[in-house]
Amino acid sequence: MEKTVNQKAWFLVLPVFLVVAFSAIIPMMTVVNYSMQDTFGNNQFFWNGVGWFKELLDPSTDLGGRFLASLGRNLFFSGVILAIEVPLGIVIALSMPRQGWQVAACLVILALPLLIPWNVVGTIWQIFGRPDIGLLGYVLNSIGIDYNYVSNEFDAWVTVIVMDVWHWTSLVALLCYAGLKSIPDAYYQAAQIDGASRWAVFTAIQLPKMHRVLLIAVLLRFMDSFMIYTEPFVVTGGGPGNSTTFISIELVKIALGQFDLGKAAAMSLVYNLIILIVCWVFYTVMTNAGAARRVKEGAK
Amino acid sequence: MHSIPGRRIIISVFLIFLLLPIYWLVNMSFKTNNEIVSTMTLWPHHPTLQHYMRIFTDESWYSGYINSLKYVVLNTIISISVALPAAYAFSRYRFLGDKHLFFWLLSNRMAPAAVYALPFFNLYSAIGLFDTPWAVALAHCIFNVPLAVWILEGFVSGVPREIDETAFLDGYSFPRFFVKILVPLIASGIGVAAFFCFMFSWVELLLARTLTSVDAKPISAVMTRTVSAAGMDWGLLSAAGVLTIIPGALVIWFVRNYIARGFALGRV
Amino acid sequence: MARIDLVDLAHSYSGNSADESSYALKPISMTWRQGGAYALLGPSGCGKTTLLNLISGIITPSRGKILFDGEDVTQLSTQKRNIAQVFQFPVIYDTMTVGQNLAFPLKNRGVPKPDIAVRVKEIAHLLDLTPDLNRKATRLTADAKQKISLGRGLVRSDVAAVLFDEPLTVIDPELKWQLRSKLKALHRELDLTMIYVTHDQTEALTFADTVVVMHDGRVVQSGTPAELFEKPAHTFVGYFIGSPGMNIMPAEVRGREARIDGHVISLKRSYDALPAGAKIEIGVRPEFVDIANPAPDLLAAQIERIDDLGRMRFARVRIGDLKFSARVRESFSSADGKCGLIFDAAHVHVYADSRLVEGTP
Repeated sequence: MEKTVNQKAWFLVLPVFLVVAFSAIIPMMTVVNYSMQDTFGNNQFFWNGVGWFKELLDPSTDLGGRFLASLGRNLFFSGVILAIEVPLGIVIALSMPRQGWQVAACLVILALPLLIPWNVVGTIWQIFGRPDIGLLGYVLNSIGIDYNYVSNEFDAWVTVIVMDVWHWTSLVALLCYAGLKSIPDAYYQAAQIDGASRWAVFTAIQLPKMHRVLLIAVLLRFMDSFMIYTEPFVVTGGGPGNSTTFISIELVKIALGQFDLGKAAAMSLVYNLIILIVCWVFYTVMTNAGAARRVKEGAK
Repeated sequence: MHSIPGRRIIISVFLIFLLLPIYWLVNMSFKTNNEIVSTMTLWPHHPTLQHYMRIFTDESWYSGYINSLKYVVLNTIISISVALPAAYAFSRYRFLGDKHLFFWLLSNRMAPAAVYALPFFNLYSAIGLFDTPWAVALAHCIFNVPLAVWILEGFVSGVPREIDETAFLDGYSFPRFFVKILVPLIASGIGVAAFFCFMFSWVELLLARTLTSVDAKPISAVMTRTVSAAGMDWGLLSAAGVLTIIPGALVIWFVRNYIARGFALGRV
Repeated sequence: MARIDLVDLAHSYSGNSADESSYALKPISMTWRQGGAYALLGPSGCGKTTLLNLISGIITPSRGKILFDGEDVTQLSTQKRNIAQVFQFPVIYDTMTVGQNLAFPLKNRGVPKPDIAVRVKEIAHLLDLTPDLNRKATRLTADAKQKISLGRGLVRSDVAAVLFDEPLTVIDPELKWQLRSKLKALHRELDLTMIYVTHDQTEALTFADTVVVMHDGRVVQSGTPAELFEKPAHTFVGYFIGSPGMNIMPAEVRGREARIDGHVISLKRSYDALPAGAKIEIGVRPEFVDIANPAPDLLAAQIERIDDLGRMRFARVRIGDLKFSARVRESFSSADGKCGLIFDAAHVHVYADSRLVEGTP
């Protein structure tokens, strides 16, 4: 469909612009402001230029050390959960029943973890993993595995990862399921006629048709896992020690806990920048894919 | 042909994996705290409704739910109303800076809430909206409005331009055309967008807690009040948790037929 | 290449115990000649796609048998039947080049690589796809993609029949004609049995030697395009084929006369033994009814409008409550729209309960 050029469209877009600008630009301005200043307290600020940023990126300083360590944890976390959730989501999508009441039942159960407030997700796993009152903790300890997410770093990591898999795999599964459902039957029939094996059907038909959906799933999951805050905070509080302190947790500690505005602001900007870059990649890839499709259809 | 060998086992195991922790929470919500700490039972041996009764009768508890619902509903209404005209504009028109605006909107959806915690705290305190549902509702707009615009733009694009042109030829003014013709045509899209706005606002907690303290305290903040001299009130905590799952579960049940369709959106 | 026989074939989507009148395909027995070019023509829902899918093996019939060259293939899977099917929209493997697409069926059967290369080149040449062999299949236009779909079917040298399910639906109108001619040329060159399903009579009539018209799950008539035009065996065929379609009117028929509105039309044959209680109608194509000035011995009608279709002019008239089409010659004009109708007796047919009655000469 062709679009007409019409500058008056800005009137239609103005409410959105104002609302989001109010929420985004003004705060960001204060953040930028703070990031360049230091304070003696009592609301007196002096100019610090790029001082905070230098400190942030210098592993030998306290701020830099904390930031880079939490960055490392985030990258590791995102990598692990992507490696688990994406294949698992695809497998689940392929395992969905074809028709009947079972389809709706499966969709409802799959969607359930997605609609639980994130602090309750944390609470559920906080309880579930405890050796005294939680089923998981109790069962693991009774079969001889010494499991305690409060005191043991490895256990804390495993808990946080399993919790995320539990929470978000359904999103990948549902997206892939929608992608699979959009494949017309004729493709499967043609594959039958061509004598294709089950694996060939997966690689030649299903995977390619799911590729747009998978792209969205991967990028959404990377984004959200990179920004994760509430769930791990409720379960481990960032501990034991700071072994599960992700960037968000670190940032909130500095900003709202220590009210160290300068440092917090600098960290916010760098954090946001990383996400913006990934988001830009996301957008470019998506619109190029869309544009390529439109060009192709226009050429017909 | 479509599915894989062993699919019944795979999906059953996964669904059990999903349901187990939830079942455990429900289980605990019906047990007395005594039973919880003293024994490990798979179902309540002395079932009780005391935790639920406490929540329904104690104002400091049920107000948490009401407060949460307030800002979620407010946010959904604001987001959808503001996104609808914008979605129409993005779908139908090219204008100066349209691609950049769209990207900027999308980037806000990707913003980490932690980055905005402190600035919002300062901002909403400064304009006196701190500790009201409005603060949270407006704050959540930063990621719900872009999402709503993105979803609705896809649906508006699915409506042929000819319908707009016919309406204008027939003498409809723009607002009337929008309300009487366009909105009914994209009703399912509005439903999907509203569902997602509701969902993201209901589950988001960092901003909800940062921007409230006493009056507009959401349920998530209330739930931290379960520590007392006698230790953690696990039963109460579980019951509170179960109740927060119910609105979500109800919503999915009612839209179960739209879920797969909704995710497919034209964009996906 | 195969002769296909259908023996008492029927199918219901709601199980074998369903009532016969609800069957998507009512019991049918017929033979498709080896090397014939057939069109399966009919409106949506008439059962033509069901019939096609039964032949290709995508559906297993509720009843009856299908024979390829005398061999019972009813229980065989699609790939064992060796047919090729081209669907409504192009089905290609997105990640592969044109060449890889064409090679796919042969690869799956373990044909040695050099043989595959030779065969792919042959088929690509036949379909004018040679310059595109190394391009990614998704980049091509819709008609090229349909050719690839077709090519994948033809690349197997032992293919029994090629089935087409409305293959030109997504093709641009200018290219439709080209593709149609290509299909006809291929048919002549390869001597394959081709069955082409469509709801467009122009496509059917230009492609096929034999047109099979279906309606409501039944084959209503099967014959050459000329036969279908001249002598429709069913009122549905008369109405569906030809543009505009045949006029059908209730009438009283006795001996050599048909009575409409009190007016007598003489018939070429004699109809004495019409079944009692049946719905009697006469059918005549607009091409065989002329408009003339009103006269007492002609059936009177009122002209509503005149359509100029280029090759001929047709008038839409009304006889009482009945709507009717007839041919208007260049020389005719009418001031008040009243006219009389002249019938060519040789082309007036009699139908009882919608079926053609032969009559005695």
